[in-house]
Amino acid sequence: MSDNLIEVRNLKQYFNAGKSTEVRAIDDISFTIKRGETFGLVGESGCGKSTTGRTIIRLYDATAGQVLYNGVDVHAPKSKKENHELNRKMQMIFQDPYASLNPRMKVLDIIAEGLDIHGLVKGKTERKQRVIDLLETVGLNREHAERYPHEFSGGQRQRIGIARALAVDPEFIIADEPISALDVSIQAQVVNLLKELQEEKGLTYLFIAHDLSMVKYISDRIGVMYFGKLVEMAPADELYRNPMHAYTKSLLSAIPLPDPIYERSRVRHPYNPKDHQYGPDEKVEFHEIAPEHFVLCSEKELAEMQATRV
Amino acid sequence: MRNEIEQEKLTPQDFERITIDADQAERIEKPSLSFWQDAWLGLRKNKAAIVSMVILLLVILMALIGPLLNGHAGDAQNLRHANLPPKIPGIEATGLFDGDGKLAGKTVNLYEMKKVDEYYWFGTDGLGRDLFTRLWEGTRVSLFIAFVAAAIDMVIGVAYGGISGYFGGRTDDIMQRVVEILIGIPTLIVVILMIMIMDPGIAAIIVAIIITGWIGMSRIVRAQTLKYKSQEFVLASRTLGAKDGKIITKHLLPNMLGIIIINTMFTIPNAIFFEAFLSFIGIGLQPPAASLGTLINDGYKVMENQPYVLLFPAIVISVLMIAFNLIGDGLRDALDPKMKD
Repeated sequence: MSDNLIEVRNLKQYFNAGKSTEVRAIDDISFTIKRGETFGLVGESGCGKSTTGRTIIRLYDATAGQVLYNGVDVHAPKSKKENHELNRKMQMIFQDPYASLNPRMKVLDIIAEGLDIHGLVKGKTERKQRVIDLLETVGLNREHAERYPHEFSGGQRQRIGIARALAVDPEFIIADEPISALDVSIQAQVVNLLKELQEEKGLTYLFIAHDLSMVKYISDRIGVMYFGKLVEMAPADELYRNPMHAYTKSLLSAIPLPDPIYERSRVRHPYNPKDHQYGPDEKVEFHEIAPEHFVLCSEKELAEMQATRV
Repeated sequence: MRNEIEQEKLTPQDFERITIDADQAERIEKPSLSFWQDAWLGLRKNKAAIVSMVILLLVILMALIGPLLNGHAGDAQNLRHANLPPKIPGIEATGLFDGDGKLAGKTVNLYEMKKVDEYYWFGTDGLGRDLFTRLWEGTRVSLFIAFVAAAIDMVIGVAYGGISGYFGGRTDDIMQRVVEILIGIPTLIVVILMIMIMDPGIAAIIVAIIITGWIGMSRIVRAQTLKYKSQEFVLASRTLGAKDGKIITKHLLPNMLGIIIINTMFTIPNAIFFEAFLSFIGIGLQPPAASLGTLINDGYKVMENQPYVLLFPAIVISVLMIAFNLIGDGLRDALDPKMKD
């Protein structure tokens, strides 16, 4: 058993492949996620972050490439039992707390859905007890089990979504922008809950977001995506201290801080992919510029970056 | 005045910190209402819908027991009793429905003239058949067609639209092309073609409804399925490993049920009207069977001399149409607040 829980190898996801409307949502990305760590994935809207998460968990069939979970290819054809097992180990927390809970089901049934599908409980009382335990794990009351989703606030709903994912005892959770639909005061609540759960249960997270400050707070390593490509990947601190790719620099320059003096001097660096001026025969590849720090660049750029790196 | 100021004085205890119990902070005070309870509360406030429901129940009740009430059979002809105006015991003393009718320009009591002892509550037609019995027999036919149409809508329409929308891709393409062909054929032509191969009557009308009646519903259900199947709660269910059947029955159908019910409520009056229209133009039910359409057709021919032959079936069909539409309206407001406008 290797150290890597998730290995994504040359993953490609094209929609309408071969037609004039082809969209390359994910264009050849590779990364690994270690057991017990949080891997943050950032990038602007429409750059393929969510698609990456959904392809990993098999909501979409990959066009090409592999996703290895514990060394097992997720997308390869498998028996029903193996599929079932995999569904249990990988879970997802969704972005919109208002759309991710079925409005016609009671919280009890929403959370117990995974328990029912995987036959994890026997009898009604055990089922209810498990749900109550889960509700308490995410900081909700036992009487919430009998209520409907519309009676809850956004933060509470997101916690119900987390409880649903936790019900099947997963090892790996894909958090697809779990906080971007929430009020800032509630965001910390949810992120801290995720952190606590990680410590308690040894979970591994793929944390997808566009809020850089939140990603830095929760992630061990961060990948930056731009138009379906991973442009930079580094440990969280390293990425913030030494952003190498022009797009990462641009992203970081866009973070506002509640500090008027800093804000007065903050300059936004717009990113234009044409600035690279890659020649026709130049190979743009993922290079390791420092230990664990990868950048998508050409040989020429690599030399320049290494020269300027502090 | 002084007293009030003294009362306002704050003691040090007032500044003691109240610790918020996390258990209390997450508490919801409102009683829990399910979707259907909430919808019922909404519907109850809609007076027009409630009145319509009561009237509709009365009409259904009359359709069931009406033909048995006065002892006359609907197809029993009695030429001696032909063309009698309505005469209702109890009300006849008031001068209304007392059996008076016009004969050669003069008002005479036709019952006395023809020496009829029986009461025909809604009068008789040109063949001496009791119109009260025939009216409720006709209503029975109309309601039967209405509920058959609703059932076809619910079964074929929902299944067709659901399959088309849920599986998408090529399945959807083919199924939608079939629908487009079907929708291009006017229903009237389908009925006329049906009559060429089978006898005109309820069976032909039902076959016509089976062929084309469910298309509107299938389109609505398909659109709803497309909307819901990419919703995050369906994706969540799929990541948990739920099978298609479970997703359809537990997630998609419960969410679409409101719209399905609303649409059915609007299909029903259409079907009633469709049958009445076909019977009126003579390609629907054939005599001696009665339906609201044939009764109106009969009444329309003698409108000037015996308006009551037309009056009662016209009232019943109008009441039916209005009641179903108002109930549909009320249900739409109660079940689907977003559709209000």
